[in-house]
Amino acid sequence: MSANKEYLQSEREKEWRAELRKKIANKDRTAMIRTQMPEMNPFERIRYQDREVNNGLTAEQAQTEASRCLDCPNPTCIEGCPVSINIPKFVKYIEQGSFLEAAKTLKETSALPAVCGRVCPQEKQCEANCFYTLKLKKDPVAIGYLERFAADYERESGFMSVPEVAPANGIKVAAVGSGPASLSFAGDMAKLGYDVTVFEALHEIGGVLKYGIPEFRLPNKIVDVELENLEKMGVKFVRNFIVGKTASFDDLKAEGFEAFFVASGAGLPRFMNIPGENYNGILSSNEYLTRVNLMNAASDDFDTPVIKGKNVAVIGGGNTAMDSVRTAKRLGAERAMIIYRRSRAEMPARVEEVHHAEEEGVEFMNLANPVEYFADEKGKVNRMRVQRMGLGEPDASGRRRPIVLEGSEFDIPVDLVVVAVGVSPNPLIPSEVKDLKVNKWGTIEVNEETMQSSIPELFAGGDIVRGGATVILAMGDGRKAAASMHRYLQDKHQ
Amino acid sequence: MSLIVEKVLFSEKVAKFVVDAPRIARSRKPGHFVIIRVDTKGERIPLTIAGSDPVKGTIDLVVQKMGVSSSKLFELNAGDQILDLVGPLGKATHIHKPGTILACGGGVGVAPMLPIVEAFKKAGNRVISILAARNKDLIILEDEIRKWSDEVIIMTDDGSYGTKGLVTAGAEMVIQRETINECIAIGPAVMMKFMSLLTKKYEIPTQASLNAIMVDGTGMCGACRVSVGGKTLFTCIDGPEFDAHQIDFDELIMRLGGYSDEEKHANERYL
Ligand SMILES: Cc1cc2nc3c(=O)[nH]c(=O)nc-3n(C[C@H](O)[C@H](O)[C@H](O)COP(=O)(O)OP(=O)(O)OC[C@H]3O[C@@H](n4cnc5c(N)ncnc54)[C@H](O)[C@@H]3O)c2cc1C
Ligand SMILES: Cc1cc2nc3c(=O)[nH]c(=O)nc-3n(C[C@H](O)[C@H](O)[C@H](O)COP(=O)(O)OP(=O)(O)OC[C@H]3O[C@@H](n4cnc5c(N)ncnc54)[C@H](O)[C@@H]3O)c2cc1C
Ligand code: SF4
Ligand code: SF4
Ligand code: FES
Repeated sequence: MSANKEYLQSEREKEWRAELRKKIANKDRTAMIRTQMPEMNPFERIRYQDREVNNGLTAEQAQTEASRCLDCPNPTCIEGCPVSINIPKFVKYIEQGSFLEAAKTLKETSALPAVCGRVCPQEKQCEANCFYTLKLKKDPVAIGYLERFAADYERESGFMSVPEVAPANGIKVAAVGSGPASLSFAGDMAKLGYDVTVFEALHEIGGVLKYGIPEFRLPNKIVDVELENLEKMGVKFVRNFIVGKTASFDDLKAEGFEAFFVASGAGLPRFMNIPGENYNGILSSNEYLTRVNLMNAASDDFDTPVIKGKNVAVIGGGNTAMDSVRTAKRLGAERAMIIYRRSRAEMPARVEEVHHAEEEGVEFMNLANPVEYFADEKGKVNRMRVQRMGLGEPDASGRRRPIVLEGSEFDIPVDLVVVAVGVSPNPLIPSEVKDLKVNKWGTIEVNEETMQSSIPELFAGGDIVRGGATVILAMGDGRKAAASMHRYLQDKHQ
Repeated sequence: MSLIVEKVLFSEKVAKFVVDAPRIARSRKPGHFVIIRVDTKGERIPLTIAGSDPVKGTIDLVVQKMGVSSSKLFELNAGDQILDLVGPLGKATHIHKPGTILACGGGVGVAPMLPIVEAFKKAGNRVISILAARNKDLIILEDEIRKWSDEVIIMTDDGSYGTKGLVTAGAEMVIQRETINECIAIGPAVMMKFMSLLTKKYEIPTQASLNAIMVDGTGMCGACRVSVGGKTLFTCIDGPEFDAHQIDFDELIMRLGGYSDEEKHANERYL
């Protein structure tokens, strides 16, 4: 899928692009400032768990922003995108006002542009590699906003194209899990004419997109539209089905499934194993977010309960931590804190989310780490002990290693603690399939080119292969696996 | 959607549901459980598979009315549908042949005990079962347990049936009478705690099946964590059965109350 230079060149030389480049001088383009995303006011938005913070660009704003893009002869932005979206092409279509064409361009490479436009860490990927960032030291073209704009425009236009599907070839394949990796896999296989079934353990399709990422960042209806499209393409979804438990791979093979794509995610929450961590009121971010997002626990009409803390501490600095702390704010927390052992600059969360969290009144307690929890006589957490950290030498990841500052402990009153310190690969499939090779972190080993595991008919991708990663990488894996599974099955059937 | 094929009332608060679930009926083993969600607003709750008929493609669930979710299920009848049902979950019971098994079930805990008793009997063990409950009406599945036991002892708190007294009294009587090679305790956490203390005294290996609060049942949330031998484990994927002598029952009992305020409110709204 890597960007083919000549192809990009020939696309760039097309008349409409050349014309468009001539319309505005580059110095005028670079003089423009980056468009701000219209968003709901922080005081307003913290009252709603289910309203999106970003409102999206208007057509006019999108076209203005798109005109900042220089349509570079060597578009470095593409190198920053894990799936090599033809960025200048879709951006120029937006500048031209051909929004549906822009959406189509996105879909040549990305199965879920409306999702990636919202959740990709653009500032580390495409936008980090934009000419503006690299050479001009200016704010990059807002590629993420534009991607979201084009995808939303298409969806709302009523002209959403259902991709053409090749005649059915009668070959049955299965995807295990229904996160972004499986969804993109399923779309590609359906296009190729395969009979695709997606098996999901939970009662909802979408994986982390549904149970993890909150509505204020990624509305469920956006995911649902993608699911409906896949259904129209003939993809079958089976909920409440745990592959390896409800039925084994052998059972499914006996039912005619010839190959499998395992994308069972990195669902296992990690805890810190410090004293008092099992008190009531201390939960994993997965539990907290699942209760709220999947089970609607914040609404009185639904039976699942959730603790609505007044003093909430969230441990960690990733997207999961930001989602949890902002959820707590929305559920009425008076004090919502992030407790993170490194400095602000090292937080792995998307910059936009950290910024939004700050606007919403989240407190950041950086260079701090919990060491112990205390509880009332009923076992409900009421206080936590935190230790100050300093920064030492850089570690393997290049980040400076946090070091404990002895004697720096202090206590904070809390009534809800959400632990968001990472996830491990879901162990279910590796433990059910004997000959499957996994590495020491419990992720499934695959050939990076083909996504094929040690068992030929079993392919894998997404977080079960990478550990906790990103939506776009999961999606890229799904597409790669589809392409190579197709080759594998074609060979087999010859 | 899973169809309820049959409903049998055991008492005012306990009923057996025979539910259409052909795949689970085939793949389940003793000790496994399912997670159900009754309707779109419902909670996901775990229930043990008390038996199955692989030919008819049905599984048996025995449910006791506790709060909102169990009551919602309890109100359903043959012909109704359960919206979501997933399984089989958990690790299957380790069935082997140690010799004589003492199986103690308290209240609705007798339901999950039934398939385990059956399997141990079929594996060639001598099985002594104790069924315990507050009163006669709450003794369930007696005939089914008798079918797979060499001896059945009934204990009720008020003496309305069998012998008056707690399950531990019955168990101690048996232990003093003959050699017990292994014990199984399933019931309310407090009952399992005291059973565990008793068998520890006599150094009898004991398995307890825990009823931790769960959400997904697939290892994804950690709501069901429990301390076993000083390590935090997840009941849904590492259990639900553990070595009783290693379990921190006080922590389990504390954690079972983790949402009691919220559940109380839910119950008030429901009523
Ligand atoms: C709260 C949160 C916020 C995040 N925010 C971002 C973000 O802003 N940007 C970003 O790029 N990434 C983000 N991520 C990471 C991103 O969501 C994941 O990398 C991505 O979803 C991985 O996709 P996947 O397809 O591998 O698996 P998942 O999305 O994890 O889906 C796996 C699915 O498989 C199911 N499953 C597991 N085992 C079985 C089985 N045996 N049978 C059937 N089904 C099974 C699971 O129930 C689950 O639904 C976030 C993650 C979380 C938790
Ligand atoms: C592996 C497993 C297997 C189970 N098998 C069965 C079964 O076969 N039949 C059956 O009737 N129940 C079984 N349970 C228990 C059942 O899941 C709970 O009774 C149910 O979740 C209660 O939900 P509720 O909304 O009705 O009650 P809630 O409103 O949640 O609770 C009402 C009261 O019950 C207490 N409570 C809550 N959860 C539990 C629990 N898990 N155990 C004991 N007390 C609790 C609460 O503290 C509260 O006081 C099992 C639990 C587990 C973990
Ligand atoms: S998919 Fe992500 S990285 Fe690629 S262009 Fe879109 S926002 Fe950027
Ligand atoms: S690097 Fe930036 S300016 Fe150049 S083509 Fe890409 S988005 Fe446009
Ligand atoms: S119920 Fe969620 S991990 Fe066990």
